[in-house]
Amino acid sequence: MTATHGLRANALSDLPGLRARHPSVFNPGPMRRVVTIGVLALLLGFVVLAIVRLEFSFWRILAGMGELGRIVGHMMPPVPHSWGQATLYLHALAETVAIAFLGTLLGAVLAVPLALMAARNTTINRAVQFFARRSSDTIRGVDQLIWALIWVNVVGLGPFAGMLAVMTSDIGNLSKLFSEALETADRKPVEGVISTGGTRMLGIRFGVIPQVLPVIASQALYFFESNTRSSTIIGIVGAGGIGLHLAEQIRTLEFQSVAFIILLILGAVIAIDFVSGLLRQAITGRATLVH
Amino acid sequence: MAHALTRLPDIQLDPLRRAYAEARSAKRRQALLGVVILVLMIAISAWTAEVRPATLWRNIDDFFNYFIRLFFFENGAPVWTDFGEWFWGLPDWLSQLFDTILIAYLATLAGSIGAFFACFLAAQNLGPNPVLRSVVKRMLELCRTVPEIVFALIFVVAFGLGPVPGVLAIALHTFGANGKLFTEVVENIDRKPMEGAIASGGSWTESIRFAVLPQVLSSFASYALLRFEINVRGASVMGFVGAGGIGQDLIEAIRKFYYTDVSAILLMILLTVFVIDAGTQQLRHALLGREDRA
Repeated sequence: MTATHGLRANALSDLPGLRARHPSVFNPGPMRRVVTIGVLALLLGFVVLAIVRLEFSFWRILAGMGELGRIVGHMMPPVPHSWGQATLYLHALAETVAIAFLGTLLGAVLAVPLALMAARNTTINRAVQFFARRSSDTIRGVDQLIWALIWVNVVGLGPFAGMLAVMTSDIGNLSKLFSEALETADRKPVEGVISTGGTRMLGIRFGVIPQVLPVIASQALYFFESNTRSSTIIGIVGAGGIGLHLAEQIRTLEFQSVAFIILLILGAVIAIDFVSGLLRQAITGRATLVH
Repeated sequence: MAHALTRLPDIQLDPLRRAYAEARSAKRRQALLGVVILVLMIAISAWTAEVRPATLWRNIDDFFNYFIRLFFFENGAPVWTDFGEWFWGLPDWLSQLFDTILIAYLATLAGSIGAFFACFLAAQNLGPNPVLRSVVKRMLELCRTVPEIVFALIFVVAFGLGPVPGVLAIALHTFGANGKLFTEVVENIDRKPMEGAIASGGSWTESIRFAVLPQVLSSFASYALLRFEINVRGASVMGFVGAGGIGQDLIEAIRKFYYTDVSAILLMILLTVFVIDAGTQQLRHALLGREDRA
C-alpha cells in the first residue's frame, strides 16, 4: 500500500518533468483539441435545439414524473379484475407468440431465395443482384407497424394481418443477414464440388448451404425472440395479439391490468429467450464441430 | 487410382454396414420427430393466429393495388407528373421530419449517457459490488424488454401528448439496449492497463478514466451511432400513439386513405433513413478503423 502511494507521490512530485518528457500525452496538440471541442459543441448545440423545438421544460418533466409515480402506484397490485379478463389476456398472449412464430418462419423461408439472389457469390447476374438488394432495402425501410397497417387493409383486422406484417419485415431483415452470411462463406468447398464435375447449382447446394445453414437457423431464432417483443405492440394498430388490450387498458387508465399485461409479456419474452438461447447454442455448437 | 481400393471381406464388412444403417435410421427418426413437432407447432400457431389463406388469396390484388394507388392521384395521373400536388405538405412534413430526427438524437444521447454510467457497474470484471451489479443488470433488462411504444403509451398519459414522451420512451429503451452492449464491450477489455493504473496508486474511478475509457470509447460511439439509426426508424412511428414526430401525419394519411400523402411521407422517411444509415456507417467505419490502428 505504502509502495503504491510512494509511486503516486513520486509521479506527482515529478509532474513538470513528466510533462517535459511526454509532451504528446499531456498536450495532444491544437488540432485534436479543436476537433474535440468542435464535436462537443456540435453535440451540445443539437441538444439545445432539440430541447427548444421539442418543448422540453423543467416543470413539465417534474410534473410528468409526479404523474408517473402516481401511475406506478396505481399499478399495484398487478392483477386483472376478473378471471375472464385474465384468460382473455392469456389467449391474446398465445396469439402474439403464434404471430411471431409463424411470421418468422415464413419470413425466413421466403428470405432464403431473395438472399441467394442478393449475395455476390450465389446470384444469377448483376441485374438480379441489384434488384434483390434494392427490394430488400425497401422492405426494411418500412416499419413493421406500417406493414401491419397495410396488411390490415388487405385481410382485415386480426392476427393474420399481424403475422403477414412480421413476415414481410422479416423478409427484408433476414434476407440482408442471410446474404451477408452467404458472402462470407468459404469458397473452397464450392471449388471442390466444381472440380469433381458439379454444376454451379450443385456447388451452391453442397458447398455453400451446409456452411451457412447453422448461421441462418441461429439468426432466424434470434429474430423469433425479437419478433415476440415487436408483435406485442402490433395490436396497437389492430393487427392482433396482446397489444390491442394493452393500448386499450392504458387509454382507459386501468393500470392494474396494464401492469399484469406487461408482466405477462416479460414472462413470455424471457421464456422464449431462454428456449431459443438453448437451441441457438445447440446449433452453433454443432456448427463449430463441423468446421 | 480409385480401383486400387481394397474391398474388405464380407465378414468384416457386415457389422460396419449394420452400424451404418443403424446410425442412419436413428438420424432419420430424429429428423422425422423434428418435422412432426414443427408441423404440429405450425398447425397450432396457424389456428391461434387465425391464418386464412383463402382470404389472402382472394384479396391479394388489394395488396398490390395498394402500392399502385400510392403512386396515382384520384384523377388517374401518376404522381410524378405533378410534384407540387404530390408533396403539397412539404414544409410541414419537413419540419415534422426534423423533429423526428431530433427526437431520435436526444433520446440516443440521453439513453447512451445513462448506459455509459450503468455499464461500469454492470460489468462482471469491474462491477464494484455484486448486489449493485445484478440490480443494474435487471434494470437494463427490463428497459430493453419492454417495447418503446409501450413506454410511449404510458408516458403519453403522464407527460401529455407531444414529442416529450417519445424522447423519454426511446431514451429508456436505448438505455437498456446500449447498456447491455456497452457492458459486453467493457467485459472484453484488456485488463493490463487497469492493473497498471491500480498498481501505481489509482482509484477505481481513475483506473476507469485512464485505463478503460481509451479502450472502449470508440466502440461506445459506434454502438451509439448504430442505435441512432435504429431510433430514427423508431421515432418515425412514435406519432402513432401521439408521441410526436412525423408518425402522426403518416398514420392519419393511412387511416384516411390519402394514398399520395402516404407515399410522399413514406418516401421522405425512407430517404432520411437511407441517408442517415450511409452517414453513420461511414462514421462507424472511421471510428472502428481508428481503434484498430491504436
